[in-house]
Amino acid sequence: MTAGISVQHLTHRFAGAPPVLALDGLSLEVPQGRFAAVVGPSGSGKSTLLRVLAGLLRPSEGRAAVDGHEVIGEPGGVSFMPQRDLLLPWRRVLANATLGAEIAGVPRAEAHERAEVLMERFGLSGFEQAWPSQLSGGMRQRLALLRTFLMPRPVLLLDEPFGALDAITRREMHAWLQEVWRRDGRTVMLVTHDIEEALVLADVVYILSRRPGRLVATIDVPLPRPRTARDTTTPAFVELKARVLDALEGVTPPEEPRAVPSGQRSAP
Amino acid sequence: MAAPPVALIVLLLAAWEVGVRTFAVPGYMLPPPSDVWTAFLEVRSTLPDHIRTTMTEAIVGLGFAIVVGVAFAALVVSIPQLRRAFYPLLVLSQNIPMIVMAPLLVVWFGFGLTPKVLIVALVGFFPIAVATTDGLLRADRDLIELVRGMGAGRWQVLRSVLVPSALPSFFAGLQISATYAVLAAVIGEWVGASSGLGLFITRAQSAFRVDRVLVAVIVIAAVSIAMFAAVHLIARLAMPYRYVSTEGEER
Ligand SMILES: Nc1ncnc2c1ncn2[C@@H]1O[C@H](COP(=O)(O)OP(=O)(O)O)[C@@H](O)[C@H]1O
Ligand SMILES: [Mg+2]
Repeated sequence: MTAGISVQHLTHRFAGAPPVLALDGLSLEVPQGRFAAVVGPSGSGKSTLLRVLAGLLRPSEGRAAVDGHEVIGEPGGVSFMPQRDLLLPWRRVLANATLGAEIAGVPRAEAHERAEVLMERFGLSGFEQAWPSQLSGGMRQRLALLRTFLMPRPVLLLDEPFGALDAITRREMHAWLQEVWRRDGRTVMLVTHDIEEALVLADVVYILSRRPGRLVATIDVPLPRPRTARDTTTPAFVELKARVLDALEGVTPPEEPRAVPSGQRSAP
Repeated sequence: MAAPPVALIVLLLAAWEVGVRTFAVPGYMLPPPSDVWTAFLEVRSTLPDHIRTTMTEAIVGLGFAIVVGVAFAALVVSIPQLRRAFYPLLVLSQNIPMIVMAPLLVVWFGFGLTPKVLIVALVGFFPIAVATTDGLLRADRDLIELVRGMGAGRWQVLRSVLVPSALPSFFAGLQISATYAVLAAVIGEWVGASSGLGLFITRAQSAFRVDRVLVAVIVIAAVSIAMFAAVHLIARLAMPYRYVSTEGEER
């Protein structure tokens, strides 16, 4: 068994009328310490994949392991940031940040100390004692991300963590995430439908097909780090982006071209 | 903010006073407010004891109502099959008229504190049980999944999500129960008591002292309002996040 994330022949069918086949025979391996991005049209089973890895959803078939341990039906082994920001309205900002760490058994004082340090970097300092309802959408999302980071787990699963951020803040978060990730060396699986985000952040990009989710391409991103928004204009980047678009093109029926944001289709 | 209700009350009192005097209504039917005030001054020294008795019954009864109501909600939520078995029983318990129940309880438990406390608890546990059950059932599934994903066990899910989620509903139920608690205690005292506002009313009635009855009615209203306000205050302290002002406006 290998370290990192290992998924084998994962298939999941949601019961119902009609049943929904969300994942179909998905296999992938993310070596330890690597940053993987999962890109696919909405409904391609990205969130379903993360929920399986988080131990929250039992798939119909297949296996999933994190650092060699089976994770199916075993929540708590990874640090998972769900798609909604899901803050607890009755906890102040600082207490929300330390929730995961507390549940993982980190002593409260230690969790607080580590949170205080990260508050600053997440642009949340000064808001420690505020209530979640007093934060903007972007701040709520950053707080949810901070909470995920504070959990002492070897793997981070991030489901569209920057969805609610404006483009400028998002770019800041990209720079910041690369920096933090470089230092703490954890395995990351990030779900996004922003191709540039995937290419700026990841070592490898997995492309899923329209429902049912199947792996249609695995694209390595051998670009030097740290990467910034400026790098998105380099020939190497543009070339990679074209490959991602081609892979997505193959899965997107031509009558629905809007599945890919229009500004990103003009690659030469 | 309090000005319009105060003005209205003053106006009504004035109309009452003038009306009773103009039509020379006899005092044993409806005394004017000034007589009620005089009656209040007469009984002022004996009232605190009665108030204390009634409030003790109301508060202790409410305490039992909380324990039983919350236990009921927890049981019914953790074992769904129990819900169908228990709910009809719950509704039935609210259909027993207290006027019938009170003398029976006196027969069973004597004239002391016990029957009054039981009546308050019997009246009070229903809103608490129903509201708390509802609050627990309506906790955000995604929040539960979030903390489960963090590795929380049953106890941690309960503590970190279920209890805080149910708190607003619990307090909504408690507020209703607290409002009726004083009245329930008074009804309990009606049947037989050695002290309390219910006893005070019984005595005043048998002496045709309508003015004193009205004093008691006003005191009961005041005590009920005080109970309601106390619960409101506790709710505010327990759930400060619900009373945050965003951009200066109060929710
Ligand atoms: N709990 C569920 N019950 C039934 N169908 C679901 C459930 N969750 C997701 N689905 C369906 O499974 C498919 C994949 O969903 P999801 O994993 O959320 O996709 P993505 O995150 O890629 O947008 C969608 O068609 C969605 O409607
Ligand atoms: Mg999703």
